[in-house]
Amino acid sequence: MQMSPATASFESPPIDTVGVEERVARLCSRSIKKDAKLQALHLTLSMIDLTTLEGADSEGKVRQLCAKALQLHAALPDLPHVAAVCVYPALVGVAKRALEGSGINVASVATSFPAGQAPIEIKLLEVRKAVEAGADEVDMVISRGRCLAGDFAYSADEIASVKEACGEAHLKVILETGELGTLDAVRRASDLAMRSGADFIKTSTGKIKPAATMPVVLVMLEAIRDHYLRTGEKIGMKPAGGISTAKDAIRHLVMVRETLGQDWLDPDLYRFGASSLANDVLRQIVKQRSGIYQSFDDFSL
Amino acid sequence: MSEQRPAAAADRLPVLKTHKVYVGGKFPRSESGRLDRALAPDGTPIANICRCSRKDVRDAVTAARAAQAGWAARTAYNRGQILYRIAEMLEGRSGQFEALLAAGGTTPDQAAAEVQTATDRLLHYAGWTDKFQQVFSSVNPVATSHFNFSILEPMGLVGVLAPESPLLGLVSSIAPAIAGGNTTVVLVTGSQPLPATTFGEVLNSSDVPGGVVNILTGRRDEMLAPLAAHRDVDALLLCSPDPGIARSAEIEAVHNLKRVAVRPHDDWKNIQSPYEITDLQEVKTTWHPIGS
Repeated sequence: MQMSPATASFESPPIDTVGVEERVARLCSRSIKKDAKLQALHLTLSMIDLTTLEGADSEGKVRQLCAKALQLHAALPDLPHVAAVCVYPALVGVAKRALEGSGINVASVATSFPAGQAPIEIKLLEVRKAVEAGADEVDMVISRGRCLAGDFAYSADEIASVKEACGEAHLKVILETGELGTLDAVRRASDLAMRSGADFIKTSTGKIKPAATMPVVLVMLEAIRDHYLRTGEKIGMKPAGGISTAKDAIRHLVMVRETLGQDWLDPDLYRFGASSLANDVLRQIVKQRSGIYQSFDDFSL
Repeated sequence: MSEQRPAAAADRLPVLKTHKVYVGGKFPRSESGRLDRALAPDGTPIANICRCSRKDVRDAVTAARAAQAGWAARTAYNRGQILYRIAEMLEGRSGQFEALLAAGGTTPDQAAAEVQTATDRLLHYAGWTDKFQQVFSSVNPVATSHFNFSILEPMGLVGVLAPESPLLGLVSSIAPAIAGGNTTVVLVTGSQPLPATTFGEVLNSSDVPGGVVNILTGRRDEMLAPLAAHRDVDALLLCSPDPGIARSAEIEAVHNLKRVAVRPHDDWKNIQSPYEITDLQEVKTTWHPIGS
């Protein structure tokens, strides 16, 4: 493959797929119970980006989601609040007003989410509008088509200009790993995003399956670790899509702890993009405290 | 089947079957991997059975909940067809069930009679699926300008403590629950669990959607309390002559105000009635405004 100038300066290491899968399998076999489990569940809640990204989203639905973010479960007022609420740019203002003064960030997807197939000027305008409306975090998608065609310079430039348009807002770069195909491509895209200015790298849009599988996340975590060892810069990680149970979330936390260490077990550096995860975590917390298995009917949407 | 082994097998080490549990249309082992021995009356081991824990109860409830809406949405006629199909499959394997009952100490004549009665019981409830609604629903006289009517709806997810009667009691408790559109988690804790686990195999080959009936084997003191307390279980059918057991389960059941029905029978030969179905139904009354 011909290397474009922007990527010629770095080489991503090859990925041993079998090795990654074995490592993941071993990490999944850890048993986290009782107090440690409860602690992990609370941490998971504080790391959730409560997300709604549907064509049918309305102001009412976003306000309802924000109410949920402010109070996850009326019966348990001592729970931590989620890290952010993630919506489309058109609804950022609604979310911002609803969450004012709560410490919960508003994240907005932008750059023609989820496909990213729009002219760069439109993407940048979308980012600026989202930030103007009050978004604290911007989730952009990379141009997978260009990446797969080997045009890494285009993607690097694109990420850099979006970062500039973000201003103060944090930038999360969605790789959409389900479309990248191989773990090697995931690693390359992760390296590319981190070198181009990403504050977070994120697996998926949630619109395509497979999304945040454990091997993909492990490869991205290792890319973050290598970046940190090389530059001293701590990049955040956000798996999104397909993590719907508390058990999955705890497995991810184990993997983060083992790959990146304690520093990353923090909502500033690790997030879960999820819509249904919160309720399962709540269910498990109530079960853990009361000893009684819970019904989803007992938790708000 | 044990008593039909050829004589030449006397010096052969028998292959004991592990009777696995039936959850969500699959046959997994218990989550913990624990096993119990099923013994013949003379103490010789005849099979291995799974000893389930509360985690298996949890998984079974998840499977039953997932299946409930789809099962209730089937037409009553279709549920009848499927119950009839269970009867067909049970009839086809009557020899196996007679042998299992005989291995548990029932005489061959009694065993044959029990399998036949169990099969007929399935036919009875297969017939009722699309009829109990007509019999028990009503249009109610009211003094206001409303069209007022009551219909029956399934409770939802029914937890069943299976009776000691290994086949007839089991069938008589499950059939009315599923005939009315409920899904079930059945705890088999008696001294003869093998007919129940084998009945799971019958269900699996009878067009019954996975998760409609889930059969767990093990010990009552490990499984009943978590099932009775589980907030996603809507009703309990407790088949036990011991009032203490029913009472302790009822106390656990108050968390979400489950319907509790108790069946203390020892002999299940005549326990067959549409009221067995309606005991696991909820009455919904609608007030529909009409012009005066």
